[in-house]
Amino acid sequence: MAAQKRDAAIVGIYEYPLRKAPGVTPLQIKADCAAKALADAGLSWKDVDAVYDAQDGAGMSGLSLPEYFGFKPNVIDTTAVGGSSYEFHASHARRAIASGKAKVALLTYGSTAHSDSRAIGTGGGGMGAGAPSPLDNMQSPYGMTLIANYAMVAHRHMHQYGTTGADLARIAVATRAHAVRNPEAVQAMTDLLYVGTGEITVDDVLGSRMVADPLHLLDCCMVSDGGGAVVIASADVARDCKKKPVWIIGSGEATKYSENGGDLTVSAAAQSGPVAFGEAGVKPSELDIAMIYDSFTITVMVMLEDLGFCKKGEGGAFVSEQRLRWDSPLKPALNTDGGGLSSNHPGMRGIFLLLEAARQLRGESTSQRAGAKLAVAHGNGGMLATSHTGGTIILAAD
Amino acid sequence: MARPQPRFPEPDTQPFYDATKEHRLTYQQCNSCKNVVFYPRAHCTACGSRDLAWKDSKGVGTVYTYSVVRLNRHPAFAPLGPYAVAYVDLDEGFRILTNIVGVNDPLTDVKIGQRVKVQWEDQESGIALPMFAPA
Ligand SMILES: [Zn+2]
Repeated sequence: MAAQKRDAAIVGIYEYPLRKAPGVTPLQIKADCAAKALADAGLSWKDVDAVYDAQDGAGMSGLSLPEYFGFKPNVIDTTAVGGSSYEFHASHARRAIASGKAKVALLTYGSTAHSDSRAIGTGGGGMGAGAPSPLDNMQSPYGMTLIANYAMVAHRHMHQYGTTGADLARIAVATRAHAVRNPEAVQAMTDLLYVGTGEITVDDVLGSRMVADPLHLLDCCMVSDGGGAVVIASADVARDCKKKPVWIIGSGEATKYSENGGDLTVSAAAQSGPVAFGEAGVKPSELDIAMIYDSFTITVMVMLEDLGFCKKGEGGAFVSEQRLRWDSPLKPALNTDGGGLSSNHPGMRGIFLLLEAARQLRGESTSQRAGAKLAVAHGNGGMLATSHTGGTIILAAD
Repeated sequence: MARPQPRFPEPDTQPFYDATKEHRLTYQQCNSCKNVVFYPRAHCTACGSRDLAWKDSKGVGTVYTYSVVRLNRHPAFAPLGPYAVAYVDLDEGFRILTNIVGVNDPLTDVKIGQRVKVQWEDQESGIALPMFAPA
């Protein structure tokens, strides 16, 4: 680990506490979180010289966001690749800081998906917005919901490797165990009318309503309101911040899409992961914490394999060893905030992966893994079967 | 309510849907590198060439993967009951998103690896949608 570059670090974090936030706008959530993340770092509004945005609050946001916030940044990046946008942003912020273009970068997210009553997972096959596209024209007549998109990957994974519904369920069980320890997640499940807000079993998952075979209701994330902010700063700024820096030591970006003859069980993580781990000079087996985008249990299964925590197809055996829990002696602990499954999923979860990974490496998690030194945040954006992006960020404690 | 329909003008997929009016399932092959291109485009995804030939498929293939949708709030699909969405690998080497039809119960009668054959569903707009039934 001696050769790692430590040019940029996460120095400020804030997660919007509510998952049901009627009467506020995504832009208001973003600005609120920005101020609190800067305060967490001991920095001020005027210190921000780089703005990253996934176009969640307003259109043409490279123009509209600085204007709304009142910033005059030197670096503006509006990479919008779905839920992994924030891992892309962290990667880009690190590059901009390393090159000397910026010193303090701000990433924000705000969403009122729940209050807007968006049927994200079960809407579908719909079209009619925007210009016609060839992919839409070939897909929209068939009623493939977002959940069915992921379910098709799950079915293929089961067929190809013998993965079972119980294997997938173990991911939801471990994640819920973490949610139960996180008061904001418990409040989220309460506000979003979860049937139960306590720990769950494999049988609970398998006994929950089938939504799109082979995915059950408890294999699926919630649709919440929410948001957050991350402040990334240069090494010299980081040294004077209030909290210990959490260093960004590796990053990778990739896309993956359905191809003729392609293997749908392999995600973009198989491309972005090795780049990020290679840059960081660490092996997956050394990682204490895995914050992996859990839109669905299958998403985590596929990405644990693709990131190299186990061999392709061996995810079922890997998750069955109780290693995912915060208090397990085995690495890594998974989604210790309660994940998208049981804590927070307003549509683009990527920022929460960075937030909880940083909390772990600061020692501030509600399910703190003792002595956590290394974490990965892997975001997934888009649709797992059709086309998606993967962004991998490797983080190290100071 | 009708299923969502492809929308035009959309020049990449127009020839494909024109052929469906005659119940022909078509795909493209690059004249330069022989790569099979699908969904339809004006360029080869392997080499960038714009010299593509349209070909007729025999319409026979294998279920690569599927899901049975139990809940879709869209009014065209909500009344259908459980229905199977699938990727089918055609014998000519292209993969299509489709529905599996012609089975008694999609919950038990659709399998990965199953051989299937195209079955057309005519639409009011004049085009037809390629769906697949057990071969
Ligand atoms: Zn070619």
